[in-house]
Amino acid sequence: MINLEDLEKKINSELTTKINSTEIKHNQLYIETDKDDLIDVTLFIKTNQDTKFRQLIDITVVDYPENSQRFKMVYLFLSHEYNQRIILSYSINENEIIPSLTSIFPASNWMEREVFDMYGVSFKDHPDLRRILTDYGFEGHPLRKDFPLTGHSEVRYSEDQKKVINEPVKLEQNYRNFDYESPWEGTKYIKEEIESNDKKN
Amino acid sequence: MTKKIKNLNLNFGPQHPAAHGVLRLILELDGEVVEKADPHIGLLHRGTEKLIENKTYMQAVPYFDRLDYVAPMNQEHAFALAVEKILEIDVPIRAQYIRVIFCEIGRILSHILNVTTQALDVGALTPSLWGFEERETLMTFYERASGSRLHANYFRAGGVHQDLPHGLENDIGKFCQTFPKIIDDLESLLTDNRIFKQRNVDIGIVTKEDALDYSFSGVMIRGSGVPWDLRKSQPYDCYDQLDFKIPVGKNGDCYDRYLCRIEEMKESVSIIKQCLSKMEKGPIKSLDGKISPPAKKDIKQSMEALIHHFKLFTEGYRVPKDEIYTAVEAPKGEFGVYLISDGSSKPYKCKIRAPGFSHLQSMDYLIKGHMLADVPAVLGSLDIVFGEVDR
Repeated sequence: MINLEDLEKKINSELTTKINSTEIKHNQLYIETDKDDLIDVTLFIKTNQDTKFRQLIDITVVDYPENSQRFKMVYLFLSHEYNQRIILSYSINENEIIPSLTSIFPASNWMEREVFDMYGVSFKDHPDLRRILTDYGFEGHPLRKDFPLTGHSEVRYSEDQKKVINEPVKLEQNYRNFDYESPWEGTKYIKEEIESNDKKN
Repeated sequence: MTKKIKNLNLNFGPQHPAAHGVLRLILELDGEVVEKADPHIGLLHRGTEKLIENKTYMQAVPYFDRLDYVAPMNQEHAFALAVEKILEIDVPIRAQYIRVIFCEIGRILSHILNVTTQALDVGALTPSLWGFEERETLMTFYERASGSRLHANYFRAGGVHQDLPHGLENDIGKFCQTFPKIIDDLESLLTDNRIFKQRNVDIGIVTKEDALDYSFSGVMIRGSGVPWDLRKSQPYDCYDQLDFKIPVGKNGDCYDRYLCRIEEMKESVSIIKQCLSKMEKGPIKSLDGKISPPAKKDIKQSMEALIHHFKLFTEGYRVPKDEIYTAVEAPKGEFGVYLISDGSSKPYKCKIRAPGFSHLQSMDYLIKGHMLADVPAVLGSLDIVFGEVDR
């Protein structure tokens, strides 16, 4: 497969029912598929002589809380032989359990652990699904859009108890999210304040 | 009488000089032979990706310095390229050369640190003393260009923050004259050193197949004989106009990776020299006033410049809705940014693909069956920096 157009055609013709849509953008091939077809599609693009996507670069999730299918899983593949990249994606609901790629790509082990840690997406047949980046005993999934930037708890050394303790976050000043989309009207919380004052009067 | 023998569990780190940062490695030992290694990471996790989602595109750049903090500008480069591709803006040629020069300086910085500390881990003190002197010189170049030695915050979407100060080009040129001698000195200490070879040759061998399966990149994959370098295969900025070679290893052991790093430093010097000779005067950032802030002197004179300045530093520039993955060849391997923009002035999502993450993951595979004393040698040759592994 010399160019991406041929690759797109090839994948569409070989995997017709398993591919929802394809698009070429920024010199990369974007493929949308379904959760159940992930293993088949991955095996095909890894082993086929004309594709040879032998490296799994990364796995990640995009959180769209307002969508009915909240999470979009994203898999990045690289083919050294043909110097091409594929971005494979599919959408899932919040509590769906998805197939693990660990049997095809050993590298996906930690990537899936990270996804589990950051977004709370669970994997079927993963050998060792533990948290990876957050602290021991951490609760919540930090990269979800509904997780606050400041977090829920903070760690400090307590002089009284002579040990490290977890306690709810205390902020001297509330986190201020400046909304500069329209600076002339002021930031959002000031706007809300003015509006509520107007209503009262 | 039979005695029951139990494997010993050993906790290596999180505070261990050979762990190169905060790595907690739980080793299962049978005598001195490692049976299993379970790295615990995340002790330096700062939530970079979450923070970037809450900052404008310009404010996101400094977070990239703090990932792999021994080669800061290489990371900024990946982010700048991603934003540029979405915005479809051109980078002036002088800015491209400046960026390549500083990326190669970053590569030298990183490789000096890695080669010399690896030597330190296996018992040689002198290389690190010699090497760190050169790193200091290079960081002075960083400081003169950007104002800080480490966390440069120098690259912007569309170019670089400001032009090089007077005389810096000359000094970098002079450095390129003297530095090859330093590499030779380092090599005279290490390359044929009997102890260094005993500790590194045939240790931590990676086969071609496994290098692909474990998504290795950079020196880790080239050491195993795969000629793959993003600067050649998917050139960005002006790398396609430069002439350089990609050193490739043969056996895929720690020693070959060391040799690759040494050769890469020599190539980097040659790239910097070429850039310096080709560079001409000219603009150093995009001329689009909606993206690049105006010059200070214009703000005093022109109302339009003042408005642009105000808008850029409050709201920031807006990036159209798109999704992109861009990767650069950072000193440690493929460093990528998967960026999703939603049309506002803040990224909707910014996933950072750090090479060290994949490399460290293979620790169990690499170290199984080796001796405990080989752990620091393998760890050293993986070139782990926890800023990028933990993010």
